[in-house]
Amino acid sequence: MRKNLPFALFTAVITLVLSLPILGLKLTHEGTKLVLEGATQSTYVYIFLAAAAVFLSQLFREQLNAAKAAVKPKGNILAKLMPPEEKRDMAGKIFFVVLLIAAVLIPFNTGRIWSDIATLALIYVILGLGLNIVVGLAGLLDLGYVAFYAVGAYSYALLSQYFGLSFWVCLPIGALLAATFGFLLGFPVLRLRGDYLAIVTLGFGEIIRILLNNLTSLTGGPNGIGGIPKPTIPMLQFDPEFSIVNLEFSRRAAEGNVAFHEFFGVPYDSSLKVVVLYLIALVLALVTIVIVRRLIRMPVGRAWEALREDEIACRSLGLNRTAIKLSAFTIGAAFAGFAGSLYGARQGHISPESFIFFESVIILAIVVLGGMGSQIGVMVAAVLVVLLQELSREFDEYRLLAFGMVMVLMMIWCPQGLIPMKRPHLQLKQE
Amino acid sequence: MLSVRDLSMRFGGLLAVNGVSLDVNEREIISIIGPNGAGKTTVFNCISGFYKPTSGQITFKGKQVQGLPDFKISRLGMVRTFQHVRLFNRMTVIENLLVAQHRHVNTNLLSGLLKTPSYRKKESEAMEKAAYWLKKVDLLPLANREAGNLAYGQQRRLEIARCMVTGPDLLMLDEPAAGLNPKETRDLDELIVSLKHDYNVSILLIEHDMGLVMGISDRIYVVSQGTPLADGTPDEIRTNPDVIKAYLGED
Repeated sequence: MRKNLPFALFTAVITLVLSLPILGLKLTHEGTKLVLEGATQSTYVYIFLAAAAVFLSQLFREQLNAAKAAVKPKGNILAKLMPPEEKRDMAGKIFFVVLLIAAVLIPFNTGRIWSDIATLALIYVILGLGLNIVVGLAGLLDLGYVAFYAVGAYSYALLSQYFGLSFWVCLPIGALLAATFGFLLGFPVLRLRGDYLAIVTLGFGEIIRILLNNLTSLTGGPNGIGGIPKPTIPMLQFDPEFSIVNLEFSRRAAEGNVAFHEFFGVPYDSSLKVVVLYLIALVLALVTIVIVRRLIRMPVGRAWEALREDEIACRSLGLNRTAIKLSAFTIGAAFAGFAGSLYGARQGHISPESFIFFESVIILAIVVLGGMGSQIGVMVAAVLVVLLQELSREFDEYRLLAFGMVMVLMMIWCPQGLIPMKRPHLQLKQE
Repeated sequence: MLSVRDLSMRFGGLLAVNGVSLDVNEREIISIIGPNGAGKTTVFNCISGFYKPTSGQITFKGKQVQGLPDFKISRLGMVRTFQHVRLFNRMTVIENLLVAQHRHVNTNLLSGLLKTPSYRKKESEAMEKAAYWLKKVDLLPLANREAGNLAYGQQRRLEIARCMVTGPDLLMLDEPAAGLNPKETRDLDELIVSLKHDYNVSILLIEHDMGLVMGISDRIYVVSQGTPLADGTPDEIRTNPDVIKAYLGED
């Protein structure tokens, strides 16, 4: 204990030095002058309490560590909660079905606000799974992923504004456009590796955002594009004649469409359009999950991972690394475009503001937090991150701080992510 | 099958390989030996396309291959291993072998997503081939382990199996016995000879283990300081005064 004393004193002083000016002193305007003002008494009490806490924790470090080791479970906590290896397949399926039923029921039990947040969470699930292909599987650090998201959102907004195309037509176009952008960017950039690739993709993300900001005649510049229509649902109509009509969920349907409540003769419910959007998002997220799940188990998925593990070995075995990297980049971008179109439909209004660098960081954080390459992990992390952001709206200024803290804690406790990737077990005939 | 003529490789002012020529015929085991830093691995890198040789001609199965990208050379049927094991460490043993068969399986995205019959057939063929080679190198019980967790000798064997599932005509092994114990070296010896006899594969070998080299080689090339020193059968090399001098120094 004695030998800890100097260090404990030192850390306590550091705490005071750091927090006194930041929390204890305030700059306020007094007429034209800036005046330095002390904080309230209670703030000082808190600061000294914090310093005391730091001092004591350092002083009794050994005892604390011993106590912690006594209660700490060995290994990954989440991994411990999982069922045993041989029953995991079955348990996974049951879990998935229960989760799906719960997901379908969400909008009917919670209000409009929560359905809306859940829709956002699903958008991030799609984004996370898409980026997981690029970063988690192929090992290409992409810091400009938000650019493809923006391409998807703007393509839907612009196509519906200028050509009046419906959501269901724009969705594949958005994905295709984003994929094209991914492909075009990928070509020159994929010779780069690691940090260099990260910087160039970061630059690309900014270019797209600045382009959207300044291409005022097309994109509306910083004002963005408003009045993006919500998705409609095609429906068969028998009366007066056999045809397909597009059902809208607003009070008054646009030219050529029919309002849902008029079609079925039910009273108008304003929360219905949120619910429908959520269900559409759910379907799209499911489609994404299924496709990505297949991709990982396909030759192309194996090649992505092999490339991440050892590029030189890949080349020596006859794998074309450019083609493989490009496929990862392009397919990843396509999912971002997918999510972007959905985002445009949810917001009804988009502007370059929605596609800043921080957005890329959040998506990347989802992938890292969930566990690189792990699908379930990424899905859980996406939901968690969106929830955290929504719950911490009041502490908006501290959001980045909280984010950093979560990252640091995670690196200490589970550097592999919440649910680390598990390798598929392949059954051989001869075994 | 493989013929190399006047191969030279210059790195700035350093002439790492100077006028090396060699031939590998069908079903032959050819060794390249020489002191450390003699440029043996550089020769390998030039042949397999990892380096673009400064001058010289490389012909493989009647085709000029110098200057071709490495993965294209490999697709012609010439696969190599590395001095340091290069496995896909975080992937399982069986996955390592499946990746190696990438260009033999159905890589069409749509047929993979829909699991068409032809896709399933190719996949199961790839699995069978992988299982066959795992059995051959005695790793079948470890098929679902992560490759990075295998013992060193097992990793070496897996690397050879990974080359063999690509169905090569020429296998280039860069110091395959390095770090193996005597028993493992003997097994390797048997494996290489069996590759030649049972699978009609030619083998080009870089190795320091003289027991292994002299025992299995049909011909040996000696390289010293980038230049060819001698070539011939193991017996000729063993008694060649130049070779003895290069290895043991002047008396």
